[in-house]
Amino acid sequence: MSAFVIGFDLLLGAGLLWLAWQALFHPQPFAAVVHFMAFGLMMALAWVRLEALDIALAEAAIGAGVTGALLLAALGRLPDGPTPRRLLRAWQRPPVALALGSVLLLSLWLVWVAWQLPRPGLAAEVTAALPESGVRHPVTAVLLNLRALDTLLEVAVMLGAVWLVWSLGPELRPYAPVTALPGLPALTRLLHPLFLMVPAYLLWRGSHAPGGAFPAGAVLGAGGILLLLADGVPWMQRPEHQPLLRLLLAAGLVLFLGLALGGLLLTGTFFAIPLAIAGLAILAVEVAIALSIALMLMACYLFGEPGR
Amino acid sequence: MSGLFPLLAALLAGLSLVGLFRARTLLRRILALNVLASALFLLLVTLARTEAGLDPVPHAMVLTGIVVAVSTTAAALALILRATEPPGDGKEP
Amino acid sequence: MTEGLALIAPWLIAAGVGFFLTGALGLWRFPDAYARLHALTKADNLGLGLLCLGLACQAASLSAALKLLLVWGLVLVASSIGATLIASTALARGLRPVTRRGSRRGARRGARRGSRDS
Repeated sequence: MSAFVIGFDLLLGAGLLWLAWQALFHPQPFAAVVHFMAFGLMMALAWVRLEALDIALAEAAIGAGVTGALLLAALGRLPDGPTPRRLLRAWQRPPVALALGSVLLLSLWLVWVAWQLPRPGLAAEVTAALPESGVRHPVTAVLLNLRALDTLLEVAVMLGAVWLVWSLGPELRPYAPVTALPGLPALTRLLHPLFLMVPAYLLWRGSHAPGGAFPAGAVLGAGGILLLLADGVPWMQRPEHQPLLRLLLAAGLVLFLGLALGGLLLTGTFFAIPLAIAGLAILAVEVAIALSIALMLMACYLFGEPGR
Repeated sequence: MSGLFPLLAALLAGLSLVGLFRARTLLRRILALNVLASALFLLLVTLARTEAGLDPVPHAMVLTGIVVAVSTTAAALALILRATEPPGDGKEP
Repeated sequence: MTEGLALIAPWLIAAGVGFFLTGALGLWRFPDAYARLHALTKADNLGLGLLCLGLACQAASLSAALKLLLVWGLVLVASSIGATLIASTALARGLRPVTRRGSRRGARRGARRGSRDS
């Protein structure tokens, strides 16, 4: 551990704290959102420092990309009146400051306790079970085979979020009309295959190295939102394509559930995937989940049901 | 370095809680919740680094957690947008 | 061959960081969205290119080096479409470029009026 690396870590930590402070307490909401997006990018750097490359990939696409796009789109549609000022009376200030200070101390104490707790970890168990999972990357094995029920429920939660967003009303039109610029359609056509190539590469890597369905879906979803902004995916809003869109949104969950029930039929245990077909089955489910996650992120960005 | 990232997670969590309680607008509250989620993910992944090697289970949990966080953010933002839109504007087809 | 590449790699990376700093300075100091976009798209894409080239010189294998250069190409395409979207949205919302005399003029209408004035 050289002094250079420690200096980098200190700089990263100070930068994260400053960006979080600005995102939380900057008087202008727009500046706060932009600082939050920069915070997401710096978090991706922190994940790289912690050797969590899968998370870094997903964070760079989601934390900085998709969340930022969602926040900015919502900010543009919110009425920009003055924020309600809630001035405290003089006698209220000391107890409020005391409460907030104790919140800060409490979080420090909780983290210190968590740091002191014994941490046996499951690394040895996962390594032992890795040959029976059908993939060689431990995180992918945990996500799609060893703890697949968590992932199944997570996809269900996401589908529930899309359901909630769509049930609120018709989609909101893009905030500003995209003016007809000559280069934009050509660029969009160029982007379509590229945005499919990068997630396909990440997905293929996932079986033996950091990558897999979640980073691939996140990158595809972030690219898809960029294409939505450029009016590059008109089929999503057409009424005649709505059944196909719903089918693709549910594909990840349905295929995953099918795999779990297939395991139940073949071996008698829910989610027990036979080793002979595990690699292929996991790849098929990963493709469906990545596609579903990407489309769910894009569906959330519409802030309502399309084609209604 | 061993203590730096847990300390960072604790400070970020405390800061975001203070921001959450002091927020005047709902958008700021969503930002605070997102920063809090990032701080907790940071703590989880830092705790996953043990002497026996990297523990992949918290990594997988954080990976699904990031995706759940963005979908809850989208749902909350959609609720805020529908709650603040002027009446009669959303009725038109 | 590889020793020569390893020698020039730090200089390429340092030059890339310099371009990034210049782009950030432009983002900080320039008056309106169009000038900021101009500074960012030019300086940062060149900076990223030099950075990727420098890292590719240090890469372990040829495929890793080519992947780094591919990263540059992908970012170029994505940032060009992003910059186009930002500029067109700013124009559509009626944001006017700041001219040197400090008066704000509309992009198309202002240009026509300016030609009539002169």
